[in-house]
Amino acid sequence: MTQETVNNDATETEAPVTHVAPGPHLGGGCLTARWMMLDVLIGLLPVLLVSLWVFGWYAARVLAICVGSCVVAEGIFTAMRRRQCRLGDFSAVVTGVILAFSLPGTAPWYVAVIGSFAAIGIGKLAFGGLGQNIFNPAMVGRAFVMIAFTSAMAAGGYVASEKAGVPDALTQATPMTALQQEGKVASLGDLFWGDTNGSLGETSAFACLLGGLYLLIRRTAAWQIPLGVLLAVGIIAGGQNLMDLQAKWTVGHHLMGGALLFGALFIATDPVTSPLTGRGRWIFGLGIGAIVMLLRSLSAYPEGVMFAVLLMNAVVPLINRWTVPRPVGGPVPSKA
Amino acid sequence: MGSTTMKLSAKGTFARGVHPHDEKSLAADVAIEVVPTPAKVSVPLLQHLGAQCEPLVKARQQVVLGEKIGESEAFISAPVHATITGTVAMSSVATLPNGRHVKTVPIKADEQQLSGDALFEDILGGDWPKTGLDRYGPDAIVTAVREAGIVGQGGAAFPTYVKLKLNDAKPVDTLLLNGCECEPYLTADYRLMLEAPDAIVCGALLAARACGAKRIIVAIEDNKPSAIETMLKAAEGTDMIVRSLKTKYPMGGEKQTVLAAIGREVPTGGLPLDVGAVVCNVGTSAAIARAVVRDKALTHRVLTVSGRGIRNPKNLLVPIGISYGELIDYCGGLTEDAARVIAGGPMMGFTLGELDTPVTKGTSGLTVLTRDDVRKADETACVHCGKCVDVCPLKLVAAKMALASKHGDWELARRYHITACMECGCCAYVCPASIPLVQLIRLGKAQMPKKITPRRTELRCGA
Ligand code: SF4
Ligand code: SF4
Repeated sequence: MTQETVNNDATETEAPVTHVAPGPHLGGGCLTARWMMLDVLIGLLPVLLVSLWVFGWYAARVLAICVGSCVVAEGIFTAMRRRQCRLGDFSAVVTGVILAFSLPGTAPWYVAVIGSFAAIGIGKLAFGGLGQNIFNPAMVGRAFVMIAFTSAMAAGGYVASEKAGVPDALTQATPMTALQQEGKVASLGDLFWGDTNGSLGETSAFACLLGGLYLLIRRTAAWQIPLGVLLAVGIIAGGQNLMDLQAKWTVGHHLMGGALLFGALFIATDPVTSPLTGRGRWIFGLGIGAIVMLLRSLSAYPEGVMFAVLLMNAVVPLINRWTVPRPVGGPVPSKA
Repeated sequence: MGSTTMKLSAKGTFARGVHPHDEKSLAADVAIEVVPTPAKVSVPLLQHLGAQCEPLVKARQQVVLGEKIGESEAFISAPVHATITGTVAMSSVATLPNGRHVKTVPIKADEQQLSGDALFEDILGGDWPKTGLDRYGPDAIVTAVREAGIVGQGGAAFPTYVKLKLNDAKPVDTLLLNGCECEPYLTADYRLMLEAPDAIVCGALLAARACGAKRIIVAIEDNKPSAIETMLKAAEGTDMIVRSLKTKYPMGGEKQTVLAAIGREVPTGGLPLDVGAVVCNVGTSAAIARAVVRDKALTHRVLTVSGRGIRNPKNLLVPIGISYGELIDYCGGLTEDAARVIAGGPMMGFTLGELDTPVTKGTSGLTVLTRDDVRKADETACVHCGKCVDVCPLKLVAAKMALASKHGDWELARRYHITACMECGCCAYVCPASIPLVQLIRLGKAQMPKKITPRRTELRCGA
């Protein structure tokens, strides 16, 4: 059991220098943590393109502010804690992008900045940094501004106040609000392609599916989680549809509207704040889906996904405890 | 447990596991060469799982090849023999790659030696009977195997006679011949199957007689089609079955082989014997044939010296006790970018600190990796991605076991079944944070208070 580790590039001597190190000795079995984060960014690309297309420079503005603030926040907070800065792992960028995508395009600049600082400071570093946090940092930031700036984040905040020169989407209410307040039902086509109002990243089901598929294929995201979410929502919404054939929102609306796909594929799949085992991930996904449906049916908040993710984040340690897998061959026999 | 009740369908594979590049082409086509007799060998008195032997010889005493030089009364043990003809020197201590310090008996070579082709003929060549083996009774076979000092040649080096001994409480119905060789780079078993299939078949028939197995299955990964073909041909006229298994690491692990080949799940902390199977490496099988038919002890073994860090990768027939350094020299030495010298394969092997460490009965090879091959990323924080869970062949949660071991939280370690881990390394191989999971788990297993450690399980690669 040799503990000496390798890795000094200073070994430029002539004779081959060999080292003692623990096995396994081969690398390349998997992506590094940094690559996983880069992957998430790549997966978010389609979402980015659609949101730029729909919201134009409103999207670019919020995105730039959030990413910038998150990176700065990470830098400041790690410096304050005298830790080595870990900007290299891109996780702050990912948090920034996801936070921006969950804000309305009309969000004032200070909301974006404060949300970012809350995400990094409270959501991540207060717990001890990447890997230690219990809650999804971006969702913590989102929840923070939601409570601090109720009006800017409420349904009305999504609609631009001036009418001239804003993208079309920003002049309408979000599909969920439209349904709740006016009984208007968005067309499934609009929900699919993303031509509606809403948080920057949530409008297009198509973009989310495309990017999400990439993450699933790369195995950067665990497939059980999005599937669990969709399954729960599909079943509950399907049940509601069957009981009330006049329901305005069909299963399709529930699956494609209200940030569900974005949440299922990009937010809930954050490895740090989701369970370790396959069975745990199923429970986690199904739980999120069920809570989303509960909130949609009973509460006035359209942000069901955010609360659902935060709630399920809180029980991840418990889920991990419940789902310790039975080892192949059974548990270790105890010689009492 | 009755074996017939445990029958599940055998799928030819097991769940999870990893697929490292096998890199076997480096040495796969190099025929087994006999290493010239070294000037000196140091035969360790403990080369197996079990009790250390007491030396039977004194310094300056003359010994001949195959003469017994160490013996132990313990049940789980195996005697050791002189692997060259020569004079015994003052006994010394060597550190084996796994960190164990053991006493050795050094022997200085005489001029007259059995070597080269004659040695190969004596050990693996010639005719091996496949019929008329009933003249060897089960007890006689077991005794011969014990006297020859045969231990599992796949890695863990468990004394073979203990496995073959008839056990009334646990009847055996299947003998599994393990030719999987799942570690990357290693090709010794593969070459042995190609070059000495008859010895392997003969040994398998004898082993099956000894343990009472009714069927013999040769398990070979499907990346070795020529080995499968050769073994099929050699098995003609016997009722041995050759079964090709999916290529996957760690297919050669005893429990994985049993699961993949006959669909039985070996209980945690138990042995294949508990589900009616005995697993025997192909090299071990050839040694059994030699011990019973030719009455010769285990003095030599076939191993692979490979990797991009060695100039001429080879498969070698070497006397036990030869130093790793001599093998490296014989294979042309290290290349300039050699970065790590490993006893065994790159997944489960141990790095060698000193090159004068002796080869033991369980040494399956020597792998030299270059700077490009070895993993380099720095350790970062665990991101809870669960990849270590997704690949563990035993369905363990490596992230939690490592955490428990880091914090000395034995209750947590126990809850996550830390002692069930066979240290195969799949988890650490895929970990994106480069956490030395196996090292942490191993540390945890060693430090965990014995009261909560019921039994320690290890991966026996083919045993
Ligand atoms: S693979 Fe590594 S980073 Fe991922 S959960 Fe396991 S220990 Fe943590
Ligand atoms: S080393 Fe242990 S925990 Fe890791 S994959 Fe192998 S058996 Fe599982």
